[in-house]
Amino acid sequence: MRKFFRMLTLSASVVTLAAIAGMSASHAADEAKVSEEALAKGKEIAFSQQTGNCLACHMITGGELPGNIGPPLIAMKARFPDRAVLREQIYDARIKNPMTIMIPFGPHQVLSEEEIDLVTDYIHTL
Amino acid sequence: MKKLSVVLVTSALLLAVAGTTYATPEEDQATLKGLFMKKFKDVEESAYGDGAYVFREDAYEQFKEIEADFPPYEDQITEGEEMWNTAFANGKTYKDCLGEVDTVRAQYPKYDEENDTILTLEGQINACRTENGEKPLKWKKGPMASLSGYIADQAEGQKIDVKIPNEKAEEWYEKGKNFFYAKRGQLNMSCADCHVAYAGNRIRAEILSPAFGQVTHFPTYRAKWGQLGTLHRRYGGCNQQVRAKDFKAQSDEFKALEYFHTAMSNGLEWTGPAFRK
Ligand code: HEC
Ligand code: HEC
Repeated sequence: MRKFFRMLTLSASVVTLAAIAGMSASHAADEAKVSEEALAKGKEIAFSQQTGNCLACHMITGGELPGNIGPPLIAMKARFPDRAVLREQIYDARIKNPMTIMIPFGPHQVLSEEEIDLVTDYIHTL
Repeated sequence: MKKLSVVLVTSALLLAVAGTTYATPEEDQATLKGLFMKKFKDVEESAYGDGAYVFREDAYEQFKEIEADFPPYEDQITEGEEMWNTAFANGKTYKDCLGEVDTVRAQYPKYDEENDTILTLEGQINACRTENGEKPLKWKKGPMASLSGYIADQAEGQKIDVKIPNEKAEEWYEKGKNFFYAKRGQLNMSCADCHVAYAGNRIRAEILSPAFGQVTHFPTYRAKWGQLGTLHRRYGGCNQQVRAKDFKAQSDEFKALEYFHTAMSNGLEWTGPAFRK
């Protein structure tokens, strides 16, 4: 429990630092703070052909007619314990794989910073 | 200091370029074909012209039935045949420019040395019209697709054999190859991302066709279009999917692409027109 609180304060200060540095204000790491409404928005972005269209390439539970170009997005917490790593993967997949077919959602402004946060929170729950 | 290193790097690059020998078109094709033949062991080489159908047995059967029983593009072939046989106002016909109908399809795309350009079937159809005082046809569908469909149909059984005769022609080939492999558009994808690296995979519900065999059957009747459309129409569609800058049908970019892309299918039969869902 003590540890949990320390993590919270730590991540809070990271947020402040990031904000000061002019970086995108990333969310506090804990899920509890992500509202149902925000998760629904994230899901909408992941599913919609007009926005994230993650389903074009990834199986996501509950999504119809998924593609199979990328790996299924399951057990995300186990594979991405650190939300920031997951966000980076979604923001710009070229960091991990320069030749990737995955869209550079952040740098090419296919999704806004806010949309990337929403979709990251949603994907992190899978 | 910074300037110096820029100079050094640039000259190193220049040296590297000067030392580069390009793969020949034959080598490129062998590599590309080899990749697919290794990955899709049970697909016969001659079947690649059937595109994504080779990966889906039920749809493949349906496709064969449509082709055999009620090809939806038959009216347009008939229309094309009438066009071929109808004289222009000056009494000349397409045959006077293009030769015997069953020899036309397999000649293009072709490098034109005199004008340092690529001649395409559709380009030649319109060149013939304007030479004879007729208005050019729209490039992507309608009468143009009907006539090129009839001409393609007459080439049944002939093989694709694009030639790259000299260095100038190679430049066009390289231009097309670069287009094919370059990431483009807001979504940052290359033709090769979808039609080489992930050919056979599904993007949403659609299976991606392999680059080898992609041009054999144009103009193609797509259910989505409800009519025949030319190769450059399809290029435009795929280009739009990645939110890329639009190139016009018969632009130098698309002609170069057609030249490279068709050379990659050398050895396969011309099968146009064909049905696609
Ligand atoms: C055009 C295809 C494509 C689209 C669209 C796409 N991805 Fe990906 N994604 C991939 C591929 C391929 C990989 C595998 C790694 C690589 O090749 O870069 C990947 C990897 C990932 C990974 C890492 C998975 C792991 O197990 O390591 C995550 C997370 C991810 N994508 C999330 C998303 C999200 C979220 C979206 C939509 C906002 C999305 N992707 C859209 C193709 C795509
Ligand atoms: C985002 C993925 C994607 C990209 C990038 C892409 N295509 Fe396609 N392409 C498709 C899909 C999906 C189809 C329909 C299924 C099929 O036949 O492959 C298709 C179909 C085609 C066809 C028709 C195949 C047939 O059998 O009739 C051609 C030709 C083609 N693409 C060429 C290109 C070229 C050239 C480029 C680059 C300028 C390109 N594509 C880029 C997804 C893509």
